[in-house]
Amino acid sequence: MISAFIHKFSSPKSFVQITKTLYPLFIFTGLSMLIIGWTWGLLFAPPDAVQGNSYRIIFLHVPAVIFAELIYFFMALCALMHIVWRVKLAAYLIKSAAPIGAMITFIGLFSGSIWGIPTWGTWWQWDARITSTLILFIMYLGILTLHGSFSNLEKSDRLMSILVVIGVVNIPIIKKSVDWWSTLHQPASISVSGGSSIDPSMLYPLIISIIGLGFTLISLGILSSRSYILSREKNKKWVLKHV
Amino acid sequence: MLQARKNRLWKFFIILILSAGGISLILFSLNSKLDLFYTPSEMFEADIKPGYRIKLGGMVKTGSIIRNGTKIKFIATDFVKEVPVIFDGVPPDLFKEDSGVVVLGYFLDGMFEAEEIFAKHDENYMPPALSIEEKET
Repeated sequence: MISAFIHKFSSPKSFVQITKTLYPLFIFTGLSMLIIGWTWGLLFAPPDAVQGNSYRIIFLHVPAVIFAELIYFFMALCALMHIVWRVKLAAYLIKSAAPIGAMITFIGLFSGSIWGIPTWGTWWQWDARITSTLILFIMYLGILTLHGSFSNLEKSDRLMSILVVIGVVNIPIIKKSVDWWSTLHQPASISVSGGSSIDPSMLYPLIISIIGLGFTLISLGILSSRSYILSREKNKKWVLKHV
Repeated sequence: MLQARKNRLWKFFIILILSAGGISLILFSLNSKLDLFYTPSEMFEADIKPGYRIKLGGMVKTGSIIRNGTKIKFIATDFVKEVPVIFDGVPPDLFKEDSGVVVLGYFLDGMFEAEEIFAKHDENYMPPALSIEEKET
């Protein structure tokens, strides 16, 4: 039953068709929520008692690192689909999501460094949180490099999926790094169970920024995966019709 | 489920388990070496050789900061053991009493000579007015 479900919704053709109608909705929701979240956060939210105005980079940093991890988790689910059910679309999605993941991880690291200078007094420390996030960035680059190093694309897809599965162990390590080891980075402010140590006046614009960035990144993913699918399936009849 | 597919599902879990197992072994063997800093208690237990550069982390003890020009003296504590620290330079803005601090330097003759100071802030964010109210209550 699972298999039937997977095969029905995993054809590249139906993906291209469905995302075509979803894209305008997603990009509009994403960008408008980002504009609202960032305007609220940067101009109207109160300054922080300890950090003053420099905390405001949280509205970029936190959404960025959340999706740095979530995109990798999504790629690992795709790798499961690809390894077990041989879903081609899953491999295409991994290949298209990886550059977006690399970009947003870099933004997360870079904004963290900028935040670190005025607050911590350093832009880089080899603490467990920062190092494991750097490893995540290198994983994204490694996945792309591996995929690009074979002339047989099917083989590239398979090896890429295996590497994605190997690397997914890093995700819980990043999440728990601030609890397992002593770090310069502070522990989590928002917990999965719903608790938060951020005042509501700052938390609402942060949540809007997170959702906004999420939809924006999905839209970017739709754009990059659609063009990649069309180039990979360019010999199929449906692509010729579509173009 | 097809036999071939079952085998591939096994393959998936074996990759995952081997990867998780291997990385856990590395992390367990490195254990506390992955800590960024020693707490004062850990530093005294670890019996560090003089002239060995380390990082020490703790809280800045209430009322312990003494400034003399660019020279700063304070006490780093984990509420069990205390270490006096001296530093010559400009500390980050967030360096203050009752706040987290990480210092890089040498522990010599019961005194920690810091070359660099980093401020460690906590995970709470609130407007200044609320913070004052909280301190009063």
